[in-house]
Amino acid sequence: MPLGDDDVAVMRPETSPGSDLDAELLLTMYRHMVRARVLDERMWVLNRQGRAPFVISCQGHEAAQVGMAMALKPGYDWIAPYYRDLALTLVLGMTPRDHLLALLARAADPNSGGRQMPAHYGYRPLNIITGGSPVATQVLHAAGAALASRVRGEDAVAYTSLGEGSTSEGDFHEGLNFAAVHQLPLICVVENNGFAISVPWSKQGHTKDVADRALGYGMPGVIVDGLDPVASYHAMTEAVTRARRGEGPTLIEAKVARLTPHSSDDDDRPYKTREAVAEEKAKDCVLRFRRVLEERGVLSPGDAEQVRAQCMHEVDRAQEEAENSPLPSPESLHLHVYGDQ
Amino acid sequence: MAVRTYIEAIREGMRDEMRRDPRVIVLGEDVGVKGGVFKATEGLHAEFGETRVIDTPLAESAIVGVAIGAAINGLRPIAEIQFQDFILPAVDQIISEAAKIRYRSNNGFGVPMVVRAPFGGGVHGALYHSQSLEAMFCHVPGLKVVVPSTPQDAKGLLRAAIRDPDPVLFFEHKRCYRLIRGEVPDGEYTVPLGRAEVRREGRDIAVFTYGLMTHFCLEAAESLARDGFACEVVDLRSLRPLDRAAIVASARKCGKVLCVQEANLAVSVMSEVAAIVAEDCFEYLDAPVRRLGGPEVPGVPFSPPLEEAYMLNTTKIEAALRELAAY
Repeated sequence: MPLGDDDVAVMRPETSPGSDLDAELLLTMYRHMVRARVLDERMWVLNRQGRAPFVISCQGHEAAQVGMAMALKPGYDWIAPYYRDLALTLVLGMTPRDHLLALLARAADPNSGGRQMPAHYGYRPLNIITGGSPVATQVLHAAGAALASRVRGEDAVAYTSLGEGSTSEGDFHEGLNFAAVHQLPLICVVENNGFAISVPWSKQGHTKDVADRALGYGMPGVIVDGLDPVASYHAMTEAVTRARRGEGPTLIEAKVARLTPHSSDDDDRPYKTREAVAEEKAKDCVLRFRRVLEERGVLSPGDAEQVRAQCMHEVDRAQEEAENSPLPSPESLHLHVYGDQ
Repeated sequence: MAVRTYIEAIREGMRDEMRRDPRVIVLGEDVGVKGGVFKATEGLHAEFGETRVIDTPLAESAIVGVAIGAAINGLRPIAEIQFQDFILPAVDQIISEAAKIRYRSNNGFGVPMVVRAPFGGGVHGALYHSQSLEAMFCHVPGLKVVVPSTPQDAKGLLRAAIRDPDPVLFFEHKRCYRLIRGEVPDGEYTVPLGRAEVRREGRDIAVFTYGLMTHFCLEAAESLARDGFACEVVDLRSLRPLDRAAIVASARKCGKVLCVQEANLAVSVMSEVAAIVAEDCFEYLDAPVRRLGGPEVPGVPFSPPLEEAYMLNTTKIEAALRELAAY
């Protein structure tokens, strides 16, 4: 019998879009969401034009990522993200130019110098820990980073994120268990969009929600509407506050939508009905937040178009810079295998 | 100079580095109050406390993965895997993560971490407490692999490994722990990674080996010396990177080569050593390169006659040397 909604460890914060945050902060959230969306869409254009071999998308995850990222201290907290965290990394301080350099495999790609596939984020100045392709391994790195901060007596937290399918991996279990046993300042965010490529949650776990698993680790499990940046911000702020105070880790499940196929190499028609796709698009978090802000008067008529135009302009420039940036030289193949070379 | 067992030297190496550098921590199963199942970490918990000597859940991927994260965030973790046989759940963290982090981040991040693990047979440990799995890690660029054979090297190499900017797998032959004693220099010293050591000089047969087998090879060489054959015994110590120059020099000097390892031979450390000799010493050879290693069976069996049949010993090595001497 799956665990139900009433389990004590699972908390469901009230979601009320746009509540109790000042207009400037709401507007900043909106700008971040649009910026990520515009950049993400541009990457698909470049892929379909044959200029970028691979794209994996954050579309439908922007609200959760923007809300969560705005509750963190960039360059102080430690971040072990996963491949959909484009919006998260932008809020923390990476730029469209950084991501387009990676997309186009340029030498100046700050993630990896063009060595990794796109969306394998990593950026030393912002404590964004480099990630590989095996999923859930980063949960342990975040736990280790949290441990190191605590050994030094700092109050930095470690943030890690992954998809709901990746919670089936052993490293997810080992990481959360370790963090709970040692009461580490770790926040683990599961961005649940319902599908691991083609496989639905019902074939990954036998609990109703991913957050139910927190009970087994003895940590709070929080479910949040990941289409609402404000609710996401509040959930993360609470978890970060607890972690900084030494009160241990939190598992947050953000219910999000995947508005694209898994990647540019996937076709979702065999496993996702067109009705389901249309339903998700109707709840598009960027459009929804725009409507909320317009209703509250935070966005005036014409503001949304202006925000989008500004983002388009920034992405145009970033694309031009990335396209004019050199590819790595073949001689650099051998660099940085070891640190004492 | 003080006389120490192999395991005492390892313990002192960790202790001295922990005293010198507050970034060094130890984590693993039973490493805390108990001091490790072999007592390698005995006394560390009492001296440094549970913040720096951490009993982990029984989960090898977590031990290594957490060490990686801690290393990225500025610490110098020593992760203990209780037996090398149990390192396999952590191989994804070692090969997919630790080995590639510097390369894949274009030098943005490094993983200054040591993974210690006892390996090897001859202790009635059967299939899952006796394996020699070092070759699979030697295949991986980005890793360093070290196997000491003496207390002096155990301490000096371990200190060098802890100070190294990259992940080092430090494999300790468990039979050496209390069997091997030797002098250990006073004060702070390190033994550089990547250098082999000539344990005995000779000009007739070059013997390449490492770990416990080094001691068996030295005994066999002593026996041959009584009959006038001078073997040069080279302890590789560092299996990745291999000391290619030392291998080539001894092979060219002697003209005959015996490679000895406890692990089975297929696609192993001695496959690489033999390949180096074939590539760089062909014109100097007076006999085909010979290799002596474990049999191609999945593990070391428990029952004494089977274990004995599996393991190399001085007699088997001596027989191979005499065959080569007579070639």
